Amino acid sequence: MEQKIEPQELQLTKQDFESDQMVKWCPGCGDHAILKSVENVFPVVGQKMGYKKEDFVVVSGIGCSSRFPYYMNTYGIHGIHGRAAALAMGIKLTNPKLSVWMISGDGDSMAIGGNHFIHIARRNPDINYLMFNNKIYGLTKGQYSPTTPKGQKTKTSPQGTFETPFNPGELAIGARGKFFARVIDTNPKLMQKVFLEAALHHGASIVEILQNCVIYNNKIHALITGRDTKDDNQLILEAGEPMLFGKDKSKGIILEGTHLKAVTIGENGITKEDILVHDPTTEDTGIHMMLASMAPPELPAALGVIRSVKAETLEDAIWNSVEHEKEVSPYKNVDDLLNSGNTWEID
Amino acid sequence: MTTKKDKIVEIEEAVIRFAGDSGDGMQLTGNLFSDSTAFAGNDFATFPDYPSEIRAPQGTVSGVSGFQIHFGHKNIHTTGDLADVLVAMNPASLKANLKWVKKDAIIIVNSDEFTEKNLVKAGFENNPLEDNSLTGHLLIRGPLSTLTKEAVKELDLDNKSALKSKNMFALGIIYYLFNRDYTKTFPFFETKFKKNPLVVEANKKVLEAGYNYAETLEAFTNTYRIEKASLNKGRYRNVTGNLATAWGLLAASERSGRKIYLGSYPITPATDILQELSKHKQFACVTQQAEDEIAGVVSTIGGSFAGAMAVTTTSGPGLSLKSEAIGLAVMTELPMVIVDVQRGGPSTGLPTKSEQSDLMQALYGRNGEAPCIVMAATSAADAFYSAYEAAKLAMEHMTPVILLTDGSIGNGSEVFKIPKVADLPEINPPIAKANDPEYQAYKRDPKTLARQWAVAGTPGLRHRLGGLEKEDITGNVSQEPLNHQKMTDLRQAKVDKVADFIPPLEVEGDSKSDLLVVGWGGTHGVLLTAVEEMRAEGKSVSMVHFKHIMPLPKNVHEVFSGFKKIIVCENNMGQFANYLRMTHPEFKYEQYNKVQGLPFMVSELKTKFDTLLNE
Ligand SMILES: Cc1ncc(C[n+]2csc(CCOP(=O)(O)OP(=O)(O)O)c2C)c(N)n1
Ligand code: SF4
Ligand SMILES: [Mg+2]
Repeated sequence: MEQKIEPQELQLTKQDFESDQMVKWCPGCGDHAILKSVENVFPVVGQKMGYKKEDFVVVSGIGCSSRFPYYMNTYGIHGIHGRAAALAMGIKLTNPKLSVWMISGDGDSMAIGGNHFIHIARRNPDINYLMFNNKIYGLTKGQYSPTTPKGQKTKTSPQGTFETPFNPGELAIGARGKFFARVIDTNPKLMQKVFLEAALHHGASIVEILQNCVIYNNKIHALITGRDTKDDNQLILEAGEPMLFGKDKSKGIILEGTHLKAVTIGENGITKEDILVHDPTTEDTGIHMMLASMAPPELPAALGVIRSVKAETLEDAIWNSVEHEKEVSPYKNVDDLLNSGNTWEID
Repeated sequence: MTTKKDKIVEIEEAVIRFAGDSGDGMQLTGNLFSDSTAFAGNDFATFPDYPSEIRAPQGTVSGVSGFQIHFGHKNIHTTGDLADVLVAMNPASLKANLKWVKKDAIIIVNSDEFTEKNLVKAGFENNPLEDNSLTGHLLIRGPLSTLTKEAVKELDLDNKSALKSKNMFALGIIYYLFNRDYTKTFPFFETKFKKNPLVVEANKKVLEAGYNYAETLEAFTNTYRIEKASLNKGRYRNVTGNLATAWGLLAASERSGRKIYLGSYPITPATDILQELSKHKQFACVTQQAEDEIAGVVSTIGGSFAGAMAVTTTSGPGLSLKSEAIGLAVMTELPMVIVDVQRGGPSTGLPTKSEQSDLMQALYGRNGEAPCIVMAATSAADAFYSAYEAAKLAMEHMTPVILLTDGSIGNGSEVFKIPKVADLPEINPPIAKANDPEYQAYKRDPKTLARQWAVAGTPGLRHRLGGLEKEDITGNVSQEPLNHQKMTDLRQAKVDKVADFIPPLEVEGDSKSDLLVVGWGGTHGVLLTAVEEMRAEGKSVSMVHFKHIMPLPKNVHEVFSGFKKIIVCENNMGQFANYLRMTHPEFKYEQYNKVQGLPFMVSELKTKFDTLLNE
């Protein structure tokens, strides 16, 4: 608890956001690393964007991941399952000056909250949406989720699942989302970089975090994160840079016909000039959608900011309308309204 | 205006029912007559009765749209049992409404529509205009379509456009019958059809033609006039309950200095409130049409956390979807108003008809022990004050408040004395002060047991809320057994304490008599009328009407003790009666219940009360 007003010029530090509550995730859970990265990035966000520590609000749904707000010293609400997007929206629309962060899991966002996920993407309020994708229901102890790979055996799919999973990036972009990024819990540097970009992006920034649940879905992202396999299976995107990956960046992505293809520079006459250059800012969703869809073993998984397109935010549109209406409305107060239209006097 | 040749008779009150096909413009006709009734200085109440389909099959009984107005010299509390005058624009509307008219009612029909084909569509075997089945009524059979076309023949209008104003012909007839000045309606046409002067002209001509037709017809031997009502001095207007609800919320927002955040999803008959509030961005009223009711209510919890006066509006099925989130608001002890404009249920039920059957859902329809304040508006005009009070109680006591209205309140209208916002009670939410070293999330004010409202963004008050049980005072997550017991008790005690802040129950009539009539919410007017009439007949009947349900006023036991019999009347199967059996088991409760999508009739209530008195 604060005891006194602190001078504003005092720099924010990681400690400002650490809570005194015991963190109860399993040892080895990917969530710990994500928490650290967020704690590290908030002071930077505050500094760059002029937010004070009381301006940060962290909300969540229900799940292991959604315990997050309790582990940070900010304003926070641990909500109900699947509905954090609505919480975040209500806060942001009411007070656009707050920095609103939303934490959710793959079950929370893609199953029970699927409806809210697509609508927040299209409405574009300026919130930062961190979705922890461990491809399993952690808190309820290991049932499959809408992102669990088809055929995987879980407690509720002892014969393997029969369902085609969602790809959150495709869903976000398909719902006309303006910002989508993907990171992994094993790369704190990339997380912090991308979280900062998400914060700086004025609009709904959806970040999928590939997170490992050591207990119920261990190594689910192993192909992408494994020491031996990761170089060939992850493509870290940089705006304006060619899409290179692999050891020594010897591989790249080209557009062949209407498809993305992985190639090796120097083979079959391919040169560095043939490699696609990443542009996250194009309104057109074509390449972004294809990048979001890429998955090992055929293609590397795309990490970093896949799409970041400028657009008006919901709260700006609403509050501009409020300002406009204040000017043009014939009603300056509620008494004016009550006395408007057909009224008559009895004396 | 021409001078009258028919005799003018002074009467106390009258009920008119306008009925036609859904496309015939009966709602507009009814509303224009209401405006003219206001000009005439009468008290009145109206109720629209329309099908849930936008365009039900033309000419059929299911496609009939009606509008009833009850107006008079004395205070009008109901929309009237049976009509003195019925306007029926086609056979189907006659068929559907004959049972709602008095035996000697005046019935005005558009005889042009009584064709073989239309009679069959309406399900008549014989033409009722010719088979003497309407004997006893004063039947006016006017070829309204033909006369309408005739009236506008000099204007360059096609047949279809000309016929559109035939409802104005009917209105003209009614204006004559009740001695109204039809020119007072002209400004309405001029505004409404500003872009189309030809249509303005057509409507004026047709309205006037209807009036003149009635005068020359010599079918009416009398015309009627109703003295101005003895309303208190002041400025008045007509409001529907939904409009009054929206405005009551706006007034509470202005008075409390809290902007409104409204998250709602359209649903009949509550949509009007969302639509009305959406118009008023100038009052910093942020409205969000959510993707569903759940997002609507959850976003209001967010709005409340960020310091807004949070509101969500819905009807029964929507309230079902909001249950889990209302539980979160109970747990986080954040203020919000949930308006439920009740309709016939269960499930989709009777979307456009009224019922009071969401009471138990409002009281108990959540997992866990999840008490919140439950209130019910008693009339369209009262909806203004109820909405205001709901917002005040929510914010001052830091709890969700469910305000029940219903379809008949929401869509019904009545005369409303316009208050000044400054004269309404103050609203003082317990906002926590920045950097208050004493602040703790779940520390309470002993007077209300409300915790403080620490608005997100305030320096020095960072805290976490959530659905997990909270430790008393600190608000940290706690699963400790005795703490859960304590918090459960505290949440209930906080709601119970609201009884210190609401008015006591008032008896209409004597505080001791043979029969006490008990009602709640939207049945106030009809119960009052029945009881007043019986008291005028010298019967030993009194009544109380509940607006506050959770908690109940403190004097229920004391009041109930004065009566030999108690009857609880409600448009459900006995939910409030059962609630009283739980809270006040020391009394015996008779019941009168009706779930037909129709309001109580004064006559049926009186019959029931008489039976009880004579037992
Ligand atoms: C309305 C409701 N239904 C079901 C649950 C049970 N539940 C809690 S968390 C959860 C799934 C969590 O999975 P995910 O969102 O992926 O989060 P994780 O635990 O993996 O981080 C479920 C089904 C609940 N709390 N509320
Ligand atoms: S169950 Fe899985 S997701 Fe949940 S805390 Fe443990 S490791 Fe993390
Ligand atoms: Mg999960």
